[in-house]
This record gives sequence, C-alpha cells and structure tokens, in this order.
Amino acid sequence: MERVALVREAVKRLLDSGQVEGVLALRTVGPGSAPHLFHPGDSLDDLTLWPKYPLPKILDMLLAADPSVRLGMVARGCEERGLIEMAKRNQVDMNRIRLVYLACTAEERDECCCSWPYPSQIDVGDKVEGTADALVAEHERLSLAERTEFWKRQFARCIKCYGCRTVCPQCFCETCVLEDNLWVEAGVLAPPFPSYHLIRAYHTIGKCVGCMECENACPADIPLTVLYTLLRRDAEEMFGYVPGRSLEDLPPLAVETLWQTGH
Amino acid sequence: MEYRNVLTTCIYCGVGCGLYLQVLDGQVVGTWPAKGHPLNDGRLCVKGWYAHSFIHHPERLTTPLIRDQKGGPLRQASWEEALDRVAQRLMAIRETHGPDAIAFMASAKCTNEENYLLQKLARSIIGTHNVDHCARL
Repeated sequence: MERVALVREAVKRLLDSGQVEGVLALRTVGPGSAPHLFHPGDSLDDLTLWPKYPLPKILDMLLAADPSVRLGMVARGCEERGLIEMAKRNQVDMNRIRLVYLACTAEERDECCCSWPYPSQIDVGDKVEGTADALVAEHERLSLAERTEFWKRQFARCIKCYGCRTVCPQCFCETCVLEDNLWVEAGVLAPPFPSYHLIRAYHTIGKCVGCMECENACPADIPLTVLYTLLRRDAEEMFGYVPGRSLEDLPPLAVETLWQTGH
Repeated sequence: MEYRNVLTTCIYCGVGCGLYLQVLDGQVVGTWPAKGHPLNDGRLCVKGWYAHSFIHHPERLTTPLIRDQKGGPLRQASWEEALDRVAQRLMAIRETHGPDAIAFMASAKCTNEENYLLQKLARSIIGTHNVDHCARL
C-alpha cells in the first residue's frame, strides 16, 4: 500500500480509538500542504505528507489553548525529537499526545540533508540512514579567519524577517532577546555581526534537533543549519548530549545550572 | 477544537506572497508562509509573518468615523453616510478650487483592479491626473 494511504489508516485508527480529540497532520491545500487538525469522522482523502510544516509548534499552541484536550500528531523523526525537547522545558505534556510515527523517504532526507530521518519507533515508512551535510564538511576545511568571513558574508544578507525565530518550535520564550534593543538594535539592516545570528545560535544549543524549518524559511538562503549542526556536534562531544534522543537526558545548560545552584 | 489553515495573499505589498492564516476556533491566530507557492516558496518578510496581527486587534477600525465639526470628536457612522459626506466635500472642493485641488493616493494593499478604479475615479469623475502611491508618502 502507498505510504500516504498507510498514514491515513493509522490516523483513522487513532481517531477511532477515542484516545484523542483530533490528529494534527498536513492537508493538501493550494500549492502544497498546510497543517490541519483532523477529527473523528473527517474524510482523510486529502491528508498529505509533504512539504512539512513545524507541527510541534502548532501542537504546543493547541494544547495550551485547551488544557484538557488530548491530541494526536503525525510525527517525523525531527518532529518527535522537537517535542521531546519541548517537553523537557514544560512546553508540551507528552501524556496528552499520541504520535503516528513516520519515517522519511530517501528523497525527503536528501531535501533536508538530514542526519537522522526516522523517529524512535516507526508506524509507517522504512528506515533510511541519515546523510551528512556536504556544506558542514566543506566548512570544516576552512580556517578560523575564513569561517568568520564566510559567516559575515552570509549574515550580511539577512533582512531580519525573524522567520528563523518565528518558525522554530524550540523558540517559545515569552520575551525574545532578539527583540531587545540592547542586543539587536531596531531598524538596522543587516544586524551588525555577530548580533542576532550568534545569539540565536547559542540559544539553539541543547534544543535544536535539525528540523530545517529555519533554513527553509530564510528569504536570504543563509545556511543556518550548518552552524547549528556544528554546535550540536560540539555539545555532544563536550557533554554527551544529543537533543531529542530521550526524555530522560537533562540538557547540558540545565545540568550546569543545577550544579551551580547546588540543587 | 477546530484548527485549519486558509490560503490567502499577503496584503502588505505588491509582490503578493502566498501565506496561510491559521484559524483556531474561529480566531485568526497566526501566519505560515505557503511552501511551494510560485512567488515566495515558504518565505516571508517580517511584515508577512505578522499579516494576521491586525485582524482581531482591539484598535482596528471596523466602521467609518466622522467628525461633525472641525476639532470635534469622531463618531461612528455608516458607510452610506461616510461616502455621502466624502462625495459632497470632494465635489464642493472641485467646484470652488478646480479638480487639481484634489489628489488621490493609491495603495499597495489594494488589488490592481481597485487601484485601476481609483485612478478612473480621479481622471474621469474628478478630472485630475493627481494620482500617486502610498509607497512615496
């Protein structure tokens, strides 16, 4: 059976089980797909799988809108990992969520240059191994000075749309430092190096699961995930921490805070 | 709980980026750039990302406002009354000072057809070529 038909079946089973009020997935709309909350009894004929949207961010909003609601979601690997990081920071309650686990195809993996294109368990799809981002390897051959120049050139194109921040499921602070005039002066284009982008990069450590939504939303084609991939690798080497790997692992910044405060 | 996305076109400039308005229980709560759209393919500028924010804004004007005398307070009015007032004043100014005493400002937030109608009103009804655009204000 076709992959999308299998997802529709799995979503229908979840809806019929009565465990959830609705299932968040994608629906065919206009030029592509759009997020949609399917209910029991809805036609699932227009449920689709691609292009993906940041569903964890939407699920967070829906769960917050009604503290008693239980919802399902069709989750790719990056989306499951995103939810795990959000749960650790009290953004979502995993007990109120049921997932339909979807493995990405090789084509989808290649589109995202994804190193981890499958969830912790698989309901639909076949596991394909991850791929390395060629730009990351290329980046590592550069000297420190060349790297600085590379990022200066990239960030100079920024139009400060804030799309990378706004689309990111891991960006949930009620007040954002990127809107604080002290750190990122309003009305200045591009943001002076290295404000904005490096602040945001630091804030992704221990959270970014490499879902690619920021890079896909960037009107200036800045290869943001190269930077975040390198930071993720550093965090793994230094602290043994992999964002989204398990609900139990404590994020390195949280561990450091606990150690420093003696709790 | 109802959550869906409605495909529409950004109203902030003439590019016409495709975006989805997120609708949660009848309220517009957010914007997503439309991936696969031929113009913007999943990207937006900062204005587009907040294209939803005026819709339910408490300060949004939802009826015309009229001032009955200079310096007086604004009061709510029907479109009928407001348009009558505008038409009367425009014709009176045209009568007294001539058509070139009036200028028309078109807008990037309108459709091409609406802007066409505005210049038609300026040239054919009022009789002036004073037609300019909000982007130059």
